[in-house]
Amino acid sequence: MEFLQAVFVDPFVSIYEYPLFFIEVLIGGLLTGVMYSLVALGFVLIFKASGVFNFAQGAMVLFAALTLVGLMEYGLPLWAALIITVGIMVLLALVIERVVLRPLVNQEHIILFMATIGITFFLDGFGQMIWGSDVKLLDVGIPQDPIEIKGVLINKFDIWAAVIAGMLVMLLAVFFQRTRVGRALRAVADDHQAAMSVGIPLKTIWAIVWSVAGIVGLVAGIIWGSKLGVQFSLALIALKALPVLILGGFTSVPGAIIGGLIIGAGEKVAEVFWGSAFGGAIEDWFAYMLALVFLVFRPQGLFGEKIIERV
Amino acid sequence: MIYREAGQFKTSYPADRAIFPIVQDRYFVAAIALAAFVAVPLLASEYWLVTIMLPFLVLSLAAIGLNILTGYAGLLSLGTGGFMACGAFAAYKLSTAFPELHIIGVFALSGVITAGVGVVFGIPSLRIKGFYLAVATLASQFFLVWLFNKLPWFTNYSPSGVISAPPRALFGDVFVTGSSATPEAKYLFALTAVCVLALLAKNMVRGNIGRKWMAIRDMDIAAEIIGIPMLRTKLLAFAISSFYIGVAGAMWAFIYTSSVEALAFGIERSFQVLFIIIIGGLGSILGSFLGAAFIVLLPILLSNAPQLIGLQIPVDMVTHLEFMIFGALIILFLIVEPHGLARLWSIAKEKLRLWPFPH
Repeated sequence: MEFLQAVFVDPFVSIYEYPLFFIEVLIGGLLTGVMYSLVALGFVLIFKASGVFNFAQGAMVLFAALTLVGLMEYGLPLWAALIITVGIMVLLALVIERVVLRPLVNQEHIILFMATIGITFFLDGFGQMIWGSDVKLLDVGIPQDPIEIKGVLINKFDIWAAVIAGMLVMLLAVFFQRTRVGRALRAVADDHQAAMSVGIPLKTIWAIVWSVAGIVGLVAGIIWGSKLGVQFSLALIALKALPVLILGGFTSVPGAIIGGLIIGAGEKVAEVFWGSAFGGAIEDWFAYMLALVFLVFRPQGLFGEKIIERV
Repeated sequence: MIYREAGQFKTSYPADRAIFPIVQDRYFVAAIALAAFVAVPLLASEYWLVTIMLPFLVLSLAAIGLNILTGYAGLLSLGTGGFMACGAFAAYKLSTAFPELHIIGVFALSGVITAGVGVVFGIPSLRIKGFYLAVATLASQFFLVWLFNKLPWFTNYSPSGVISAPPRALFGDVFVTGSSATPEAKYLFALTAVCVLALLAKNMVRGNIGRKWMAIRDMDIAAEIIGIPMLRTKLLAFAISSFYIGVAGAMWAFIYTSSVEALAFGIERSFQVLFIIIIGGLGSILGSFLGAAFIVLLPILLSNAPQLIGLQIPVDMVTHLEFMIFGALIILFLIVEPHGLARLWSIAKEKLRLWPFPH
């Protein structure tokens, strides 16, 4: 009885009594959700273009952030470090395409998935061996102080993160819709064989997609890294992005963003208002449960392509 | 030359249906069993028994469970760690709440409880498959571990959240769990349980139910059209797989480590078992054992290799190098033989049949 009241009555009472606090939590959650979307975006790009479920996205986020911080510790200015890191991520994409993906062409999806877990292990070890495993502070000049808008406290950093994420998504949209390479990417995503038959080089496209995912990973790494410090736990953020993926659909860029917003907001609100009823730390699994329940009703996610099967 | 079935005629259906229809296979398996049951406990040191043989056996059992689900029924799952935790905590609650319950009963019941939990988390598999399902099973992983970590009832209100296996004897005074159990007794008990369950699994997957699972794995819609009940077969795969994984979890807590906390069954455990079945071979009971041996031995080899070749490397460097080599080896392995160690084994048998002739 007490438990039922804690679940069904108390949270709503406190939401009603402190609406401003609720809005604050909600906005904070939405802004965190934007950051989840950033990580999920990298997954979606690669899954769409190559059908590979890239578990290594989290490791790529960590590796990019570690490289950036490491280069800056050597005294390089931010812009130089950024350029070199982008270069390294492109190089990494080329190496992955040549060494891992090409020999595994035509293998089953689960084998490719396992290979990306192998990449995860390798990158985690490699990054930490070169740059060390202690927590590093990343400061790229994003302001951290909170501001007040109509009685609601919001951290400036979160707004900046959302703006950067929004710009990145716009940039990607332009890249996909307006450029020649982008059109080729969309063709490959639609149908590998048809794309190949009109002369689109699959290998080049894969290398480009992995590079773009690496750069998206770098942006996610910069934002998460300046929020939490650059450390091993950044790689685990990939696990947070997975429910976003199934909620939004594996193949949809808008899905990744809206899924991220729903998960981010739902998670924060649930933790703050319902967490105490369940004994706290429900953030660990709430997103997964939300996505799981959702899947039972809509198996392809919010914006995923409708699954059509033929025998 | 040696491995040739020429001249071995089957004169009855049971002989034709035997698990090992070829005489050489029977001798080979008998030799392995003899070595495992007699030679290993006599010759192996305590270190070998406790740090290599016990985790090998427990992980093999978990891998058989996951192989039934992923390798045979084609349902990708990343919730193995959560189900192992479920088995471990069910066994702990059962054995402390009913001290007179026999240890075999404890293990079997904890398997049954895990099977029930597995069925609940298997319900989404009726609607989704592939990676969507894999991510959905992560829900069980995180939820179950959180549950056992948060609710003190599961650990009998132990302040540290660690459960310790109570001492239980098998034949009156032969302790197989708890601190007074000898490594040999633990090993033999685990070995017997794993052998019995593996034999059961082998018979299941080559019988009616196994063929239904494989039909669903290869194309589920076609399987439904030829009259295989989707709901029952998929949920049965989840139930039986979870039973094996639950027993493996109970054995992990009671026989291998003796005391364990929920966090030991984190997502890494799920990946470890998934590695085992992919490296060993999807859809192969033998592969589960081969893969488990590989995964247990590789880290030990990697951490001892620098000393063996006389290199002095700092400790944190070694951990990072281990990560790198492990990842690289997995990729290399997938490229060289995507069908796993079990496939290599059958290639070797093919070669042996022809040897010394090339064709």
